[in-house]
Amino acid sequence: MRNGDLRSELHPSDVIRTATVGARTRPLRAALSALGIMIGIGAMVAVLGLSESSKSELLDQLERLGTNLLTVEAGAGIGRGDAVLPDESVDMIARIGPVEATAYVSSVDANAYRTDLIPEGQTGGIAVRATGPNLLETLGGTMAEGVFLDEATASYPAVVLGSVTAERLGIRSLEGGPQIWLGEEWFSVVGILDSLTLHADLDRSALIGEVAAESFLDHDEAPTTVFVRAQPDDVLDVANVLPATANAEFPDQVQVTRPTDTLEAAEAADDTLTALLLGLGAVALLVGGVGIANVMVISVLERRSEIGLRRALGATKRHITYQFLGESLLLAGVGGVAGVLLGALVTAGWAAYEGWATLVPLVALIGGVVAALLIGAVAGLYPALRAAKLSPTEALRA
Amino acid sequence: MTIVLSLQRVVKEYPIVPPVRALAGVDLNVDEGELLAVVGPSGSGKSTMLHIMGTLDRPTSGEVSVAGYKVSELSDAELSGLRARHIGFVFQAFHLLTGYSALDNVADGLLYTGLSLDERRELARSALVTVGLAHRLSHVATQLSGGEQQRVAIARAIIGEPTIVLADEPTGNLDSKTSAGIVELLDELNRAGTTIVVVTHDREISVHLPREVHLLDGLIESDVSREPA
Repeated sequence: MRNGDLRSELHPSDVIRTATVGARTRPLRAALSALGIMIGIGAMVAVLGLSESSKSELLDQLERLGTNLLTVEAGAGIGRGDAVLPDESVDMIARIGPVEATAYVSSVDANAYRTDLIPEGQTGGIAVRATGPNLLETLGGTMAEGVFLDEATASYPAVVLGSVTAERLGIRSLEGGPQIWLGEEWFSVVGILDSLTLHADLDRSALIGEVAAESFLDHDEAPTTVFVRAQPDDVLDVANVLPATANAEFPDQVQVTRPTDTLEAAEAADDTLTALLLGLGAVALLVGGVGIANVMVISVLERRSEIGLRRALGATKRHITYQFLGESLLLAGVGGVAGVLLGALVTAGWAAYEGWATLVPLVALIGGVVAALLIGAVAGLYPALRAAKLSPTEALRA
Repeated sequence: MTIVLSLQRVVKEYPIVPPVRALAGVDLNVDEGELLAVVGPSGSGKSTMLHIMGTLDRPTSGEVSVAGYKVSELSDAELSGLRARHIGFVFQAFHLLTGYSALDNVADGLLYTGLSLDERRELARSALVTVGLAHRLSHVATQLSGGEQQRVAIARAIIGEPTIVLADEPTGNLDSKTSAGIVELLDELNRAGTTIVVVTHDREISVHLPREVHLLDGLIESDVSREPA
């Protein structure tokens, strides 16, 4: 045979070039079909990115707050009014081996006002609590202004304000030595706390020293809440023995909680939402894929004469398949890359707004583009094969 | 003389109901360097004959050879290669890619030969000069007149110096003055050595060509050669 020189060949760069013919002749249509994929991929990448960023934020937060903090509270018994723990509970708890630190607060029967002229009823929802100097360290809290109570100020009429309390009283700095009317006495504000994240009740409190509460407000000191820092490995064991230790007589009236559990529970709820949003993104992507298939089918019908011409110029069926499959891959690929960028951008924007570190998983970036290309391949295969099957004479007749 | 195209007892039937016999046994030889017209009224089998000569379709029976290759012995992919390297087509509707320059449209004539874009553009430039469009290289198809578009299509057909050029009603979409220019161009190309078969229903054109093959009801009715005027 002397057919060796009868090869129809397409230069590799021309495979790509022919795949762009459709987009060049009908740019708007190409852009719109790529947009469909972009939205689907963008939504999925953003969902993954946001969930990952918030998760890393949570881990940071847990790291910062420590998961070894337990709170011990007296459950409110029937007809007992405000529940308190036995006086000796703090000492008993401190004696548990793996307990590193304890601190307690007790409710004080008094209200805090900006001045002595404010009617008694307008308490502003501010609770007054007595505590010891080690509370701040035990909770891992930080000061926004001033200092926390110490051994000395704990016996004077000095007060530290929770972040919400300070806002409600309109005290933003310690300049000018602000005082508040607490019970029947002026107390000097010595510090303002940053928000404690997990202890919203303390954010809304005015904290005074135990001795001061006793001497100025006739406070009877039984603790309402004990905070316990345990060694991280023994947290659960400590939690188990806490009720009986805190109240040997009625251990079932003692509630032990780990505040960070609420964060983790919230995150678990988020996972469900993430799965739902991912599902929605997948639906969007599928619709985008159908859009591309639709555009490709129409394109093949409209471009019959071009297909006929190419066959006349020497294109094989395979070249025609490559061209239309390539076009579909190109539309989906461009949509996919744009979608990944969009998703990353949305994640970065949202994370910046929330003050998180931006974290878009690499898997989502690569997976987004790969998924788009897969969709493009599936969407383009049938139209491309149909284009290739078209007989040249029929195509030229169009 | 070398025979570049030969049809022997070519029959083409379309298996529709009732069956249509578009070609009923055609014998035709085209020598290298010829310029001939295949004429006939519509329905005479002209288009079918062009498609079979151009290897876009296979005959039901009979033997077709192009550039020395027997079509029946070639695979579909080899037929594509044969078209890419040995056959140039000119169509009534031009079939230019809109949005692409004249140069790139012509360069596409060699797209499936595996040459690089630069090589193709280089050859396209000289093909456009040959058809008298040296000043229209970068114009896109839609900016050209009908006659210019057909010249671009002719340049695309001759860019690879094919063994044979098949022109299907090349003047069908053009006015008579422009048509005359196109026929003149085909004549010039032929004198420079290109073998050309023009398929047309227009006697105005065919009478000016050195050889006129008349087709009627799928058979060759007459085959007249005349001395060049």
